[in-house]
Amino acid sequence: MANKYVTEEVRKQIGVRSEPVTWEVERGAIIRFARAIGDPNPLFNDEPRARATRFGGLIAPPTFCRSLTPNIPIIKLDMPSFRVVDGGSDWEYFEPIRVGDRITVVSKLTDIREAAGRLGMMVIMSFEFTYTNQFGQVCVIQRSNLIRY
Amino acid sequence: MSKQIYFEDVEPGFELAPVEKLPTTQQLVMYAGASGDYYQIHYDKDFALANNLPGVILHGAIKNGFLGQLMTDFAGTEGWLKKLSVQYRGMDQPGSKVVARGKVVRKYVAGEEHLVDCEIWLENAEGKVTTPGTATVRLPARAPH
Repeated sequence: MANKYVTEEVRKQIGVRSEPVTWEVERGAIIRFARAIGDPNPLFNDEPRARATRFGGLIAPPTFCRSLTPNIPIIKLDMPSFRVVDGGSDWEYFEPIRVGDRITVVSKLTDIREAAGRLGMMVIMSFEFTYTNQFGQVCVIQRSNLIRY
Repeated sequence: MSKQIYFEDVEPGFELAPVEKLPTTQQLVMYAGASGDYYQIHYDKDFALANNLPGVILHGAIKNGFLGQLMTDFAGTEGWLKKLSVQYRGMDQPGSKVVARGKVVRKYVAGEEHLVDCEIWLENAEGKVTTPGTATVRLPARAPH
């Protein structure tokens, strides 16, 4: 059966990237993020104790990149509903993110497909977010599914 | 900081120290502010009800954060969380307990790294899993392999 929403034309957008955004990582932002999760790990909260570890200072908790909001590429999709639900994330961690880092975020559409699920007809958009520091090191990659229904 | 776990200390079936949370609407507001996710279903009850929800619900990403805490607690300062994967399968509401749990499913050496794969999940007060996932951590080893 032919796809209703995800046409060949729509699928041509796979690979489209957003404009990069660069965020400076503030000490207070890391601590506030850890507190919001309720995570007391000294690596994310306690500078003197974090300094005594092999990291030599505060680092960001694993999901901190959620606060480094990317630009999302505009996906042309002719669908009546605009409801969106977050399906989940796959994270890969390569380098710690530290206070004072300047992290550049780029998002890319890696897949778009239709599926029938418990929410009825859904369109699943897969994005890959790459977080690169000021030295050109990729610190984190987040792959995330957004579901339109 | 809790005591560092080493590669030699764990075997498949080893259970990670659980992380228990009792999220409140206040915590969801803190998370909205800290993450920049201001979708109203996470703090505006009228808005949530008008969107066919039972009330305000937890951000999927805060549950991801709880499972991240589970794993960085396990890795300790000498370990490193390499991979974390979560799928949001069910809603959770504030005012009700959730527990992040995990167990080791595999341990192996890859190159120089001592790695441990875990099955992880967040369960609600009834013990139902709302957020399953997987994770891989590198642990320090007492002896080279």
